[in-house]
Amino acid sequence: MASVRLVGVSKHFGDVKAVDDVSLDIADRDFMILLGPSGCGKSTLLRTIAGLEDPTAGEVWIGDTLVNDIEPKDRDVAMVFQSYALYPHKTVQANIEFPLKVRGVGKEERTTAALHAAETLGLSPYLDRRPGALSGGQRQRVALARAIVRQPAVFCMDEPLSNLDAKLRSETRAELVALHDRLNATFIYVTHDQVEAMTMGNRIAIMRDGRLEQVGPPNEVYARPASVFVAQFIGTPPMNIFPAGSLEQSDYLLGARPEHTEITTDASSSRGVLAQVVLVEHLGHEVQVVCTVAGTHRVVVRLPAGHSTPDNGSLIHIDVPLQHRHRFDATTGFRAD
Amino acid sequence: MTGATVSQKRRWRDAPLALAMLGPSLLVLGIFVLYPLGRAVWLGQQRCNYQGRDCQSVGWGQYTNVIKSEEFQQALWVTIKFAAITVPLGLAFGVGLAVLADRHLKGMRFFRTVFSSTIATSVAVASLMWLFLLQPSVGVLANVGWLNSVFPVIKEPGLLNDPGTALWSVGISSVWANLGFTFILVTAGLQGIPRELQESAYVDGAGGWARFKHVTLPLLSPTLLFTTVVLTSRAFQAYGEMDLLTNGGPVPQDSTTTVTYFIYGSSSIIKNNDGLQAAVAILLFIVLLGLSALQFRGFGKRVHYGS
Repeated sequence: MASVRLVGVSKHFGDVKAVDDVSLDIADRDFMILLGPSGCGKSTLLRTIAGLEDPTAGEVWIGDTLVNDIEPKDRDVAMVFQSYALYPHKTVQANIEFPLKVRGVGKEERTTAALHAAETLGLSPYLDRRPGALSGGQRQRVALARAIVRQPAVFCMDEPLSNLDAKLRSETRAELVALHDRLNATFIYVTHDQVEAMTMGNRIAIMRDGRLEQVGPPNEVYARPASVFVAQFIGTPPMNIFPAGSLEQSDYLLGARPEHTEITTDASSSRGVLAQVVLVEHLGHEVQVVCTVAGTHRVVVRLPAGHSTPDNGSLIHIDVPLQHRHRFDATTGFRAD
Repeated sequence: MTGATVSQKRRWRDAPLALAMLGPSLLVLGIFVLYPLGRAVWLGQQRCNYQGRDCQSVGWGQYTNVIKSEEFQQALWVTIKFAAITVPLGLAFGVGLAVLADRHLKGMRFFRTVFSSTIATSVAVASLMWLFLLQPSVGVLANVGWLNSVFPVIKEPGLLNDPGTALWSVGISSVWANLGFTFILVTAGLQGIPRELQESAYVDGAGGWARFKHVTLPLLSPTLLFTTVVLTSRAFQAYGEMDLLTNGGPVPQDSTTTVTYFIYGSSSIIKNNDGLQAAVAILLFIVLLGLSALQFRGFGKRVHYGS
């Protein structure tokens, strides 16, 4: 088992800085999520850890070893790709055995290991099939089985669930967490899906334009976002951002989660800020009231089901209790308190 | 029953439109392929005079006579040897160069252009180049001193004039001329292999050779099968090289008289007999057809068309 440490890692493709001076400590047995929008450099960072990209600058440590000049196969990492990257001409069993085969493990030993890995992931009935005859979920399991079969210290996963349908994705999320607990290995998991990030990882590293924006446990990232970007990337609907000077007399942008944003009274009230209701969405378990503040800023208020709701187009006042206000620098977008 | 009748009725109703759609292709196919083929089969059992007129049927036995003849058997044997030289060598070089050039390195475009350039070189030009290269007195090879002392055959009698080396020399010129074609096909095949499969194997611990053996080669197999069939067919139909480099010689052994040269070659003994020429051509067609079928059946099981 091993920790992973990145020290000032950069990866440039020509003039494009895919990863820009990232330093990150991933503890042994961490389930670390690299989260960010498309093109933020999270996959490149993962590939740099796995050894598929050479960093332009910086150091990559796995355990006590500086691995910059070490080949992927000698880094003790396994990689699960978004497309699963299964060998279409090999059976499920041959796919799972492949990492052991190319490492010269004897036939008997690798068959035992492959059967065990297959059993762990419920693949025993499909051992003789080719990947083409499997469903998306089963292929994804084969990719996982191929990764666990040689018991690597670090698992690198590049959006492994994004090709699954919603139901299967939520089931597999739970299974991956269970697998992580069972294997006692370090998982580094790339995703752009904040639900995966919140539910699976014990820490999240949020990236933007090649740089780390915030690193921390899911609750902390949700409760104390380090920037407007993080505040709006985590949470559905995203955090409301009020323009400076609207809710309180300050130069800060003011953020508030939709569940902490309140409709105070009707338009005649003097508390809070005036808003116009654009849309009322009844979701069954809750109601989301979408309004605009100062004509342009979109603000969402979450109300429990059954709560009285304003009419579309009506003017209301909305307010945020002091303890739920997040203040961000209006220029940099970073947290001010 | 009713379903069948309805669909049959519909089929008849669609027939005129279907025929109209098929018409142009049928016309072209009929005029340029089927009719000439039929004529050639018919001509194969005729014997004509020197001018190619006054053809008279001598019976289908002419085909068996050709098969039994020493000349045809010798030509077929030379053709098989020629294919056995050119196909494996052409494949090996084509795959080797394509794999080498399938990297994201600076300047690779230049090499790709160079490697594929022979596709734009006609057989005539390629053969002339090789003639200049192999010519025993003024050729390029003949003027490399140390090479001549190791292989005296280069100068005396010359690689193209020695019965032992002539077929190999023509074969190598043919491999060279076909290299661009093989290179382009294999390069296209390589680019169809998802990069992630290579990367996955790389992380899993496969070295260069293991990746080639376990990932590249199996996923390239449809391309390789196709290339093998086409190269074999080209080898069996090769004519220009022999015509320009050796004239089917060196005589009298006829060591480069392949079946096609036997049909058309200026020094062929049947060059003035349309009937015999047609018979040999049809036999070559049948041999090629059988060979292609064998290749598809033989290698078909080992070809993986992916998921």
